[in-house]
Amino acid sequence: MIRFDAVSKAYPDGTVAVDELSLTAPSGQITVLVGPSGCGKTTSLRMVNRMVEPTSGTITIDDRDVTSVPATELRRSIGYVIQHAGLFPHRTVVDNVATVPMLTGTGRRQARRRAIELMELVGLPASFADRYPAQLSGGQQQRVGVARALASDPPVMLMDEPFSAVDPVVRDQLQQEFLRLQGELGKTILFVTHDIDEAIRLGDRVAVLAVGGRLAQVAAPADLLATPADPFVAEFVGRDRGYRALGFISAEVAVAAEPTVTLGSPVARAHDVAVDDWVLVVDDGGLPQGWLHLRAHPDGGPGPAPGDVVTPGLLNLGGTLSPIGGTLREALDAALSSPSGRGVVVDEGGRLVGSVRAGTVLEHLHAATADPSAQVRP
Amino acid sequence: MNSENGSAPWDVFGYFADHRAEVLDLLWAHTWLSVLPVVIGLLVAFPIGWLARRYRWAYAPVVSVSGLLYTIPSLALFVVMPTLLGTQILDPVNVVAALTIYTIALLVRVVADGLAAVPEDAVQAATAMGFTRLQRLRTVELPLAVPVIAAGLRVAMVANVSLVAIAATIGIPQLGQLFITGFQLSVTGPYYPPIVLGIVLSVALALLLDRSIVLGARLITPWQRATAAR
Amino acid sequence: MNDVLLWLNDPQNWTGTRVTPGIVAQATAHLAYTAVALSIAGVIAFPLGLVLGHTGRASWLVSVANGLRALPTVGLLILLYVMVSPLISGRGDAVYLVPTEIALVLLALPAILANTYAGVRNVSPDARDAARGMGMTGRQVLFRVELPNALPLVFSGLRSAALQVIATATIAAYVGLGGLGRYVYDGLASRDFGQMAGGAVLVAALALLVDLALSLLQRATVSRGVSGRFSRRSTRDSRSAAVTVVRPEPPRGGPDGGRSPRQATTPAAALTPSGDHPSG
Repeated sequence: MIRFDAVSKAYPDGTVAVDELSLTAPSGQITVLVGPSGCGKTTSLRMVNRMVEPTSGTITIDDRDVTSVPATELRRSIGYVIQHAGLFPHRTVVDNVATVPMLTGTGRRQARRRAIELMELVGLPASFADRYPAQLSGGQQQRVGVARALASDPPVMLMDEPFSAVDPVVRDQLQQEFLRLQGELGKTILFVTHDIDEAIRLGDRVAVLAVGGRLAQVAAPADLLATPADPFVAEFVGRDRGYRALGFISAEVAVAAEPTVTLGSPVARAHDVAVDDWVLVVDDGGLPQGWLHLRAHPDGGPGPAPGDVVTPGLLNLGGTLSPIGGTLREALDAALSSPSGRGVVVDEGGRLVGSVRAGTVLEHLHAATADPSAQVRP
Repeated sequence: MNSENGSAPWDVFGYFADHRAEVLDLLWAHTWLSVLPVVIGLLVAFPIGWLARRYRWAYAPVVSVSGLLYTIPSLALFVVMPTLLGTQILDPVNVVAALTIYTIALLVRVVADGLAAVPEDAVQAATAMGFTRLQRLRTVELPLAVPVIAAGLRVAMVANVSLVAIAATIGIPQLGQLFITGFQLSVTGPYYPPIVLGIVLSVALALLLDRSIVLGARLITPWQRATAAR
Repeated sequence: MNDVLLWLNDPQNWTGTRVTPGIVAQATAHLAYTAVALSIAGVIAFPLGLVLGHTGRASWLVSVANGLRALPTVGLLILLYVMVSPLISGRGDAVYLVPTEIALVLLALPAILANTYAGVRNVSPDARDAARGMGMTGRQVLFRVELPNALPLVFSGLRSAALQVIATATIAAYVGLGGLGRYVYDGLASRDFGQMAGGAVLVAALALLVDLALSLLQRATVSRGVSGRFSRRSTRDSRSAAVTVVRPEPPRGGPDGGRSPRQATTPAAALTPSGDHPSG
C-alpha cells in the first residue's frame, strides 16, 4: 500500500506542483493518477521513489516512510517504467532487463536467466535477448521496459505514461497484456496517464488531479463516470461518458434467434428465411461471415438472382460482434453498427448465438439502472 | 631586452603604429588567403554534396574520402602542393589550393547532411505542387538547408584563418609573418609585440568573418529570425 | 615527385647516420611528443568533461576552452616558445620540448573537454532518468550509462585532438623541436625538395595511421547498440505486431568515426571549429 499524507511540492519560483495530496493506493491494485498536463501527476509519482523530494507531507509504502531508507536502496525495491522506456542503448535487451538484479549483487548468469524468463512473461521471444534497443519497435521497447521493472520482483511499481508513445493498435495490445500480467502478479501499481480512456480501462481506482496539483476525485472507474464530483471532473471524463459507462454494465440481454444461411448455399434459400430482406451468412463452423441483402448488392446495383449461390463478394461486412455475457456497450455497439439493425452475439469460440436489437439493449439498461447490483467490473 | 624602435616589450599599439603599412598588407593577404578557399570550396562542394544526397550509394565513399583528406596535416599539404600543381614552393596558390581541399572535404558532407535535414514534408509538398527538381532545389531545399550549410561555412572559415598562418613558416607572407618576425627578434630575449599583434588580428579577423557568415545567413533566411537565439 | 621517391627509398634516410637521426627515430619522437601531450590533456580534460557533463554545472568552462580554438596555432606555439624557453636554461632539448608540449596540451584540451562534455550531455534523458529511478548512484549513472553512451563523441574528440597535436608537432620543428617536421623545414632550408615533400608524406602517413589505430580502438570499445553496427539478419527477422524496426541514426558523426562540424555543439559554440580542425 502506498499512502500520500498531505504531500505538497512547491518549487522555489513559487509554482505549486502538488497541493496537499492525500491518497491511498491499495495493495495489489492499480491506482491511476489522471489529469491534464500541469496537474502534478508525474511529480506525485516521482515523489514515491524520491526522484523528487516533497516540500511537506509524508509518503509511506506499507507503513514505512520512504525517507527512512537511502534513496538508491528504496528505488531498487520499486519497479519504474517511463514513457519512452528509457532503455540503455549500449546494453542488449537481456542486460537491460537484468539491470537491477546486477546492481543488487545477483550473479550475472542468474540475473540473465531470470531476465529471459521475464522477457517471455511480457511476450518477447527469448531470441530478442541479444538485440540492442535500437533494433526494437517502440512497443517492443516498452515491453522490455516493463520486464526490466519487474526484474527484482518488486511489490510496488511506478508507471509513468508507459503506453503513451506507441500507436493505438499497439497500445491496445499492451494494455490488454498489462491487465493479464497484473492478474497473475497482483502488484501494487501507481500508474500515471493523461488519457481518461486508459485510466478507466486499467484502473481499479482512478484519481483525477486538477491543474495546480489538487486532487479532484478518487473513485472506481464506473463511479467516476456515473457521478463526477465537480464540473472539472465532469468535463475531464468527457462527453461520451454516458456511453462509456455502459462498458461497466453486464449485458444479460435476451438474445433472439437469428436465421442464417451458409456460404455456398443457393440464394433462393435465403429468400425463405430473410427478415426485412437481410440474412446473416455463416460458414460451416457457425462463424458469422456477413450480411446478405436480397435486393441490393453491397457495391450498388441489384441484388443477387434467386438462382445464384451465396459468395463472400455478396456480403456486407458491417457490424461488430458482441460476446455473450459482454457489456451493454458491446451489445449496443453491435446493434448500432449492424446494417440490419440486429447486433450479432457470439460465444467464446466466435460462433453465432443470436442477435439483439438496440431497443432491447436500452430496455435492459432501463431495468439495470433500477437495480444497482447489476453493475460489475468488466 | 630587444626593443626595436624604442618601443616597450608589450607595446602592441606602438608596434602597429610603426609598421602600419606592412601589417595592413599582411592582414589583407591573410584575408583573401582565408576567404578565397571558402568561396571556391563551396562552389565545388555544393554539386558533390547534392550528388551524395541524391545518390545514396555515393554518400559513404564521399564521407570516407573527405574524412581521409581531413586527417592530413596542413603543413604537409602546403609542401606537397608544388609537386602536384607544378607551382613554386613560395607561390600563394599552394595555400589556396590546400585550404580549398580542406574546405571541400568539410563542406561536401555538410551540404549532403544539410539537404538531408530538409523536412521531408516540405519536399513532398513542393513535389506535389508540381515543382521541377531544379525549382524544388532552388526554392525549397536550398533555402531550408542554409542554416546547416552556414554552420559548416563558419567552421571552415575560422579554421582557415588559423591554418593560413602556418604558411608563414615556409615563407608565404600573411599575419603569420608577424609570429616569425617576433620569433626572430626574440633570439636575445622575448619580444612580444608582433606576436601578440598577430594573434589579436588573427582572432579579430576570424570573429569578423564568422559574424559576416552568420549575418549573411540570417539575411537570406528571414524565417529563422523568429527562432535565432544569437 | 621523383625526388620524393628517391629520398623515401634511400635506406640511410630511414636508419640515419651517426650525426643525424633517421626517419624511424624521428617518427618515434613525433609519436612520443604526441602521446605525452594527449595523455596530459586527457588526464585533465576527460575527467573534467565527465564531471561537468554529469552535473551540468560550470558549462562556461567548456565555452572558455572552446574559445582557445580560435587562436592561431602557430601564434600560440611561438608565443609560448618565446615566453617559456628563456626560463629553461640549457638542458638540451628541453628548451624546445617544454614550451611546445605546453602548446600541444593547450591545443588538445578543448576538443577532448568539449566532446566529452557534449557526449555526456547528449545521453538520452530517458535513459538517465530510468537509471536513477532504478536505484543507481550518481557514480553508477555516470560510469554505467552516461560514459558508455558518450564514447563515440569522446573518441571523436580524442581523434581530432590527436590530429591537431600531430600537425602542430610538425610545425614545432620550426622552433627547433625534433620529429618528422624536421625534414620539412631542413629540406626547405637546404632547397632539398625531395626531403621536404618526403617529410610531408611521412607526416600525413603518421596522421592516418594514428587515426586508424584510434578508430580501431573506438570500434573495440563502443557498444554495437550505440554505434549501430548490428548484424542485419537479426534485425530483419524481427516479428510481433509492430514490426517497425527502428534503424538507429548512425552515431553522431557517422561511420568514419565522425568529425562532423555539427557534433559537440556546446552552449557557446560561437567561434568554435568544433570537433575538427586540420590545424597545424
